[in-house]
Amino acid sequence: MSGIAERVRKVPVSGIRKFFDLVLSMDDVISLGVGEPDFITPWHIREASIYSLERGHTMYTSNYGILELREAISEKVKESYNVEYNPENEVLITVGVSEAFDLAIRAVVNPGDEVLIPEPSYVSYKPCTIFAGGKPVIVETIEENEFKPVVEDIEKKITEKTKALVLSYPNNPTGATLGKGDLEDIADIVREYDLTVISDEIYDRLTYKGEHTCFSSLNGMRENTVYLNGFSKAYAMTGWRVGYAMSSEEIIEAMMKIHQYSMLCAPIMSQKAALEAVTTGDRDVEEMVRQYSRRKKILVKRLREIGLSCFEPDGAFYAFPSIKSTGLSSEEFATRLLEEEKVAVVPGNVFGSSGEGYLRLAYAASHEDINEALNRMERFLTYSHD
Amino acid sequence: MSKDDEILRILEDNARVSDKDIATMLDIPVEEVSRIIKSMEEQKIIRKYKTVINWEKFGREKVYAMIDVNIHPERDRGYDSIAERLMRFSEVRNLFLVSGMYDLFVLVEGNNMKEVAGFVAQKLAPLPQVTSTTTHFLLKKYKEDGDILFDREEAERQPISL
Repeated sequence: MSGIAERVRKVPVSGIRKFFDLVLSMDDVISLGVGEPDFITPWHIREASIYSLERGHTMYTSNYGILELREAISEKVKESYNVEYNPENEVLITVGVSEAFDLAIRAVVNPGDEVLIPEPSYVSYKPCTIFAGGKPVIVETIEENEFKPVVEDIEKKITEKTKALVLSYPNNPTGATLGKGDLEDIADIVREYDLTVISDEIYDRLTYKGEHTCFSSLNGMRENTVYLNGFSKAYAMTGWRVGYAMSSEEIIEAMMKIHQYSMLCAPIMSQKAALEAVTTGDRDVEEMVRQYSRRKKILVKRLREIGLSCFEPDGAFYAFPSIKSTGLSSEEFATRLLEEEKVAVVPGNVFGSSGEGYLRLAYAASHEDINEALNRMERFLTYSHD
Repeated sequence: MSKDDEILRILEDNARVSDKDIATMLDIPVEEVSRIIKSMEEQKIIRKYKTVINWEKFGREKVYAMIDVNIHPERDRGYDSIAERLMRFSEVRNLFLVSGMYDLFVLVEGNNMKEVAGFVAQKLAPLPQVTSTTTHFLLKKYKEDGDILFDREEAERQPISL
């Protein structure tokens, strides 16, 4: 009998692992398979962290995180989305959004509670729900609906056990965004069934068309929502591991309790860097967003030129083209593309079964790499199927 | 940001991006990109297209000196007449009028130290308006025109991440 707990055992190791090992064993691979910016954290942010180390800031911080950082984030969210959170007790600094999500799920889910998760989506929502004793219930989204969750589809999956709904828009891997109208429709059923929404808005700043709407800014949604965000994507700070959660005092206190007894606090040097980012990093974000936007257009246009249909992604830094016309599965396509043309992309089925028939290509890559990768893909398409 | 502004930023960073790619990036027809670029070339907003070269790596050692020059300005013409004279020397790469202890800042390029010293002694110092010069030979370039010039160990991203 295995010594490993049942609910951990039944979650498979990420399917991407063997693919990852294959990439590492090869030379000269162009990778569009990366889920992080290709920019290095802007120097002034790194420098602020170095300076804090020089001054000896090496201690624990408050479990909630440095107050000054919570105040700055609270100010920023108010300015951007007109939602107010008290920095004293409604903001929690976490070790990346990943931790914040785990805390949120653990804080609200009782054993057997159901959590609605639209897919394709980032890979950690389902396992975290299972680890917390909850039951993930998948709401499939499809290209025909621009990968937006359809209210009727959500409603069909609601039972008396449904506790929470996960939203993650702009979306990894599809690049889908939800406009204010879409979110208001969802808010109606959240109200009706009294659900808790865990809204992971890590890609909010990377929105290329229209304005991002924060779910908790919708009428009456502040109390039902755990708003999650972080510094990784907008400020190119993935390795620093700083995120935050904002919600009612009650939920934040519950999350803080778990955080206090497991993580204690986010690393102080990372929090210092985050403070610099949130107070003076706007120009860097604007410049990076401009560059992503240009590369996105190049990538999507080339994908369509080589004959793959591609949904127009309006957020994050991914394109999610369909490869159904080739008759290959996502995994076959990605594996052969890597072995035969040395281009690494992520098979769409990794993000849920509704991602089958798609690939995720990140345009957080140089213009030259995008062009060369697409040239190789074009060649691959000429011989890969007939 | 205007289309003109965006095009300038793209070209400033990489002058070899094709008009076609710029058109895609900005969602405008390629003809419009070509027309904007041509117009800015004609207005001399775009002066020319150059390449940032690390000559040292290529194996050609060049010698540079930064020279602080004190000038006795001329009535009516100020510093312009001496500056116009100096800027014509091909050895002079940069020439700036500056505030502070000195008046002109001159960057001189030569194939060897003797050449640069010769330029200072024969051409620059003897000019009647020049009252003094201070020559600093350049020892190492770290960053030039916004580009960091030496190879650093770049942070490696994981090839695949979700």
